[in-house]
Amino acid sequence: MTQPTLAGDPASVPDPSVEAAPAGSPVQLLLGWVGRGGILIPLVVTFVALAFMSPSFLRFTNLLNILDQQSAILTVAAAGTLVLICGGLDLSVGATYALAGTMATQLTQTQGPVVGITVGLLLGLAVGLANGIIVTRFRINSLIATLAMSYVVTGIAVILTKGNLVVTFDHPEFKQFAATRIFGFTSASLIMIASVVVLAILLGRTAFGRYVYATGGNAEAARLAGVRTNGIRVAAFAISGVAASLGGIIDASRVLSMQASSGGFLAFTVLAGIVVGGTSILGGEGAVWRTVAGCLFIAMIGNGFNLLGLDPFYQQITLGLILLAAVGIDAWSRRHER
Amino acid sequence: MTGPAEPTSAVHLRVVDVRKAFGGTQALDGVSLEIRAGSVHALVGENGAGKSTLAKIIAGVFPPDEGNLVLREAPVSFRSPREALDHGIAIVAQELALVPQLTVAQNVFLGVEPRGSGFLRERELVERYKRLASESHFELPATTPAGRLPLAKQQQVEILRALARDAEMIVLDEPSAALSGRDVEQLHEIVRSLARAGRTVVLVSHFLGEVLELADTITILRDGRLVRTGPSTAESEATLISGMLGRSFSRTFPPKQVPAPESPVALDVLDLHGPGVHGVSLQVRAGEIVGLAGLVGAGRSELARAIYGASATSAGSVTVEGTAVAGGPAVSVRHRMALVPESRKDEGLVARRPVRENVSLATLPVLQRLGFIRRGVENVRVRAALGKVAARADPAVPVITLSGGNQQKVVFARAVLAAPRVLIADEPTRGVDVGAKRSIYELITQLARDGVGVLLISSEVEEILGLAHRVLVMRGGRVVAELDGEAITEANILAAAFATAATDGAAA
Repeated sequence: MTQPTLAGDPASVPDPSVEAAPAGSPVQLLLGWVGRGGILIPLVVTFVALAFMSPSFLRFTNLLNILDQQSAILTVAAAGTLVLICGGLDLSVGATYALAGTMATQLTQTQGPVVGITVGLLLGLAVGLANGIIVTRFRINSLIATLAMSYVVTGIAVILTKGNLVVTFDHPEFKQFAATRIFGFTSASLIMIASVVVLAILLGRTAFGRYVYATGGNAEAARLAGVRTNGIRVAAFAISGVAASLGGIIDASRVLSMQASSGGFLAFTVLAGIVVGGTSILGGEGAVWRTVAGCLFIAMIGNGFNLLGLDPFYQQITLGLILLAAVGIDAWSRRHER
Repeated sequence: MTGPAEPTSAVHLRVVDVRKAFGGTQALDGVSLEIRAGSVHALVGENGAGKSTLAKIIAGVFPPDEGNLVLREAPVSFRSPREALDHGIAIVAQELALVPQLTVAQNVFLGVEPRGSGFLRERELVERYKRLASESHFELPATTPAGRLPLAKQQQVEILRALARDAEMIVLDEPSAALSGRDVEQLHEIVRSLARAGRTVVLVSHFLGEVLELADTITILRDGRLVRTGPSTAESEATLISGMLGRSFSRTFPPKQVPAPESPVALDVLDLHGPGVHGVSLQVRAGEIVGLAGLVGAGRSELARAIYGASATSAGSVTVEGTAVAGGPAVSVRHRMALVPESRKDEGLVARRPVRENVSLATLPVLQRLGFIRRGVENVRVRAALGKVAARADPAVPVITLSGGNQQKVVFARAVLAAPRVLIADEPTRGVDVGAKRSIYELITQLARDGVGVLLISSEVEEILGLAHRVLVMRGGRVVAELDGEAITEANILAAAFATAATDGAAA
C-alpha cells in the first residue's frame, strides 16, 4: 500500500511486487500443499509400502481388480463431490443405487437390458431431481432431506422387489454391461473412468463448475452475482442421482443380483472417500481427482489388510482415524488461512 | 476531549518489538509502544498497515511470532482471548461474536452466568444485567434475542460483555465502521465514559475525525512498522494522513461532472414496496451519481436489494433503460445492473476462491463457449478489469488473502467487467483504507463519466457530499427529501435524516 493509482488508467497494471505470492517458509508451503492436494502423499506412500510388503499387490490383475471393485463407488463419489462442493450432502445415494440396481435387473428379465438400464438411470435422475427440489424449494437441510429420501426410496425398492433378492440369469447381455474386458479393463472400470473424466471436466473447466464452487463457497454472493444457485444445486443433486443409479446398475451387472438393502453403507463409504481426498465438508472447495485419490487410498488400505492377512477390525479403526485426520487437516488449513 | 489521562499515569501495557507474519506477508515488523492506564489509545494506518493485527495480538486472538507484551510491568503471553480476558483485556472485534439466539442478558454473561447448584439463575442474570446496563448507560432490552438487534446495538452488547467481565482494557477494532450518525455519536459517548471510569481503551479506526476527537494518544502504523506515537493534540487529520501514507495527502474528491439534463434515464424505480421499503420512486439518469443518505435502519440497503431484485418486492416496478426488470439478481445482471453489496464478506466474495473466479463470476455467460470457459479470454478481461479498478491482486490467489481495500476493488472489478448501465454501490468504501477510498471515488466518478447511472449509498456524509450530483434522503423506508445542487449540504442531509428520528427513524 503505497500509492493509490488513478482508476481508469489502463497502464495501472497490478504491481508484481505486492502480489500475494504463495511464499513462506518451506514448512508452510508443505503444509499448504498437504491441505490442498496432499492426499497424493499417503496414496503414493501406501502404494509403495504395499508393493514392498506384498508381492501380489503389484500384480496387474490385483490392481485391475481394485479398480473394478471400486467402479461403482468412484462413480458415485465423483458426482457426490459436486454436491458437497456446492454446499450439500447426498445421503440417498445408497438407496438410489439399490433401487436402480434392482429395477434394472428385474426389468432386464422381462423387457431386456436396454429398457432395464434406461429405466434404472431415469429412476436415479428422478430421485436426484426430487432431492434438489426439496432442498432448494422447501429449504430443507440436505442432510435430512436426503436421509428421508433414502428411506422413501428404499421402501419403494422393497415394495417393487417384494423384498426379494433380484437375480438375472438368462440375459448374458446384462452381464456384458459391466464385465466386458477391453485391454484388460472391465467395462465397469471404463464406464467409471469415463464418468470421472466427464465430471472432472464439468467441474474444472465449465461455467457450471464455477457456479458449483461459488454456490458452495458463498451462496448469497453467487446469487447476487447472477448465479441461479438453486438451479445449480438441483443439477448437482440430479447428477448425483444419475451417478448413484449408474453405480447400482454397474454392480448389479457385475454380480447379477441385487436387493433393496444392497446400498447399506454406500453413502458413508462415498462420503469418506470424498472427504479423505480433501474436499471440504463445508462446501466451496474440492476436486474430482481428489475424490478419486481418496477413494483409491481407502480401497488400497482395505486391499492391503486383505493381502497382509491383518485383522479386519483394525481396518475399520484405521479408516476412522484417517477420516478424522482428513477433516482435521481441512479445519486446520481454514484456521490458518488468515 | 476525553477525561484526563495525565502523561504521568502508569503504563498499562507495553508492546515490545512485536512481529507477526501471515503466510509470506509480514503484518507486523517490530512494533513497540506503551499504552497508558486510563487513556484512549488509537491505532491508525491504512488497511494492511497492521493495526488490526496488533489489536488482536494485544487481546490474545493470536500470539506474536516474536516480541512480547508486558502488562503492568509483568511479562504476559496470551494463548487465547480467554487468557487475555483473565488479565482484564477484552476485544470487541470487527466481526461480532454474539450468539444470535440468546438474549442480550445471556450474551452479556455468557460463560460467567450466575449459577445455583448447577442450574442457571435466569432472574438473577436479568437483574445483574439491568444493574450493569444502567451503570453504563446502555438502553438494551434484556430479553430480546441478540440476533434481532441492529448492528449498532449488537456492538453495545459486546461492549457490555467486556464490562461484565471487569475488563480494564477494552480493544475496539473498527467499532464505528458499521454505524451511522446517531449510533456513532452514542459509541463515542460510550468510549468517553469508559475512559472516565478509568478503563483503558485501545481504538482501531479508519475515521480520523473520530480518532482525533476521542483519543489521548495516537499511534500511526505503516506497512507493519511504527511511524510514531504521540499525543492527539499534536496531530491533525493532515498530519495523520501524511504519517499513514508516508507523504502528504488531502482527502479530495474528483471534480463533479453533472450530466446534461436531457441525458436519458438509466434507472427508473416506481412506487417500489418490499421488506423495509415503503413506496419509493426514484430516477437515475445515465452519467448521474445519486447519493442515498439516511441513518442505519432507514431502508437504504433494503431499497438497494429491492431494486436489484435480491429481495422480493410486493409492488412497484424497476426499469433499466426502458426495459422492465423483474425476476431476481440473475435477470438484473442480464439487464446490466451491477450491485456492490453492503458486506463484501457475506454478499460479495467467494473468499476461498481465486481473485480471477470472483471477478468473472457475473460475466461467465459471455466468457464461455458451449459451457467451457475460454480461459485465455477470461484472463485478459480479468486483468484488464483489475487494472481499471487499480487493484493490486494476483488473479490466482484466494481473495481472502487480500487486504480489505483490494477485496473491495475485486468486487468493483466484477461490476466493471460486466459493463453495467446501472451501478448500485452500497457502502463502497466501508472498512477500506484511505488510499483505496480515493481510488474507489475515482472509479465511481469515471463510471458515471462513461454514462453509467450510479446509485451510491453511504453512511459517510462527506462521501455523499463529495460525489453525488443529487441526494435522496431516506427515513423509515421512504425517500423524505431530495437535494440538488447548492442544497446538498451536510446540514440539510442530517436534518432530513434525523427529523422525528426519535420517534420513527431508528425503530424502522
